[in-house]
Parts: sequence; C-alpha cells; structure tokens
Amino acid sequence: MHAISLGLTLFATWLLLSGVYTPLFIFLGVLSCAIVVVIALRMEVIDRESHPVHLSMSLPGYWLWLGKEIVLANIDVTKRILSPGQAINPSVFRVKAGQDDELGKVIYANSITLTPGTVTIDIDDDDLVIHALSETSRDDLESGEMDRRVTALGDGA
Amino acid sequence: MEALLDIVSGVLLAAGSFFIIFGAHGLVRLPDMFARMHGAGVTDTLGAGLFIAGLMIQGGFTLVTAKLFLILVFFFFASPTSSYALANAALSQGEKPWTWNSEDSNGDKDGTSSKT
Repeated sequence: MHAISLGLTLFATWLLLSGVYTPLFIFLGVLSCAIVVVIALRMEVIDRESHPVHLSMSLPGYWLWLGKEIVLANIDVTKRILSPGQAINPSVFRVKAGQDDELGKVIYANSITLTPGTVTIDIDDDDLVIHALSETSRDDLESGEMDRRVTALGDGA
Repeated sequence: MEALLDIVSGVLLAAGSFFIIFGAHGLVRLPDMFARMHGAGVTDTLGAGLFIAGLMIQGGFTLVTAKLFLILVFFFFASPTSSYALANAALSQGEKPWTWNSEDSNGDKDGTSSKT
C-alpha cells in the first residue's frame, strides 16, 4: 500500500519534471520509478514514517494554519530587525512535545523552526529545547496551540 | 487581465525582495549565531515564498509553475532540517546563546566574539 503510493508519487513528480511525453520517455519513467520502489522495498525504508500517507487528509489544513503563523511571525521578526536599538530578548527554554510518535515530534520541531523567531536547537526525549528571539515568539509557542494542532494531526489518522 | 497579473506578480516579487533584504540585514545585525538564524529564517520562509509565488504568476499554468511549486515545497522541508543541524552543531560545540545577562558578564556588546 505504501509502496504503491510511493510509486505513484514518484511517477507524478517525474511527469511534472520531464515535460516530454513520448511513449519511450514515459516507459523509461515508469521503469526508473519501479526500480526506485524495488530498491526502497529491499532497504525496508517504506513505512508510515518515511511516507506518511495517513496524514495526507489532515496536512493541507495544518499547512494553511502554519502558513498564516509563518507570515505573522515573519512580520514580527522583521519589525524587530528594523527597529532601532535591540528590540530583542533572546531566551532558551523547553517545551513539551505532546506527540506519541517520532514523526509527530519531527513535524512539531520543524514547524517551530520554520516559524521565524523560534528555532528548535535540541530534542531531549519529550522535551524540545527552543531558542526564541523575543518574548512574543516565546509566548506564542508556550500557549501550546501548535503542539495541540500537531497532536491532532497524528490522532486524526 | 495580463496587466493585472503583471502587477500582482510585481507586488509579490517586491514584497519577497523586501523580506529577503531585511532578513539579510538581520543576519548581520543580530547579536549572536542563534539570533542570526532567525534573520535567516525570514529570508527562507516569507522571502523565498513570496518571491516564488511572484514567479509562479509570471509562469502561468505551465510546467514551469509546477516546478517552481516543487522548489517551494522542498525548500520548506529542507530549511528547518538544515537550521536544526546548524543550531544543534553549534550547541553541542559549546556555543552559548546570547542574552541580556551574558552581556553584563563578559562585556560582549556587539557579539563580535561569537563564532560564525
């Protein structure tokens, strides 16, 4: 099931990137996708972690929300960069990652890093060590909304 | 219609450039390596995002637009991973994040002692 979906994803990507739709080229594309799937199967790297199809329903909604957060955080950080003097108050703190699986924690940690103003600098079991540029970014994260949304992402599967 | 699309894409490109320039400005201006990464984050996310969105409008409904979209997707996966690798490497090598308190203790006002 994961292998089929990996093959389809690979082939769709290949079709998009190639742009040459003669029978020979499509045959070569199918062949190379099949070889990649076979190699991946032999390496046993196809599982719900490397190819999380179970998230494909809930991810787009999360991405929209994350996109909004990224835009707001960007504006905040840009303001701080441009304001005279040092309008920043960097701090290092820990937040709890409420996800049960590693995939959820990775999504959470990467979402934190993707939002300007906060960077995940270490993962320590269930705790993420965060470097924040200002109190605003810190408070945003400590409100725990992102944590809840990422957890819901995994549970909705 | 054509002119309208040109205007929209122009605005997006200009806004993207704005965030790229001031992300770079932050990279130079902020006090230490960890804080500078936040400046780089502005360039990586909104700067690149708006810029590529502007280019996608120029591309119209073509394969070029699809490829630009893929670039954006890969960007959003690769950028936090490399940021984490960088920050974690610095942390494990003993780089101390700059705070207002650390300035009092070692008199490092402009962060020149931080490794790059």
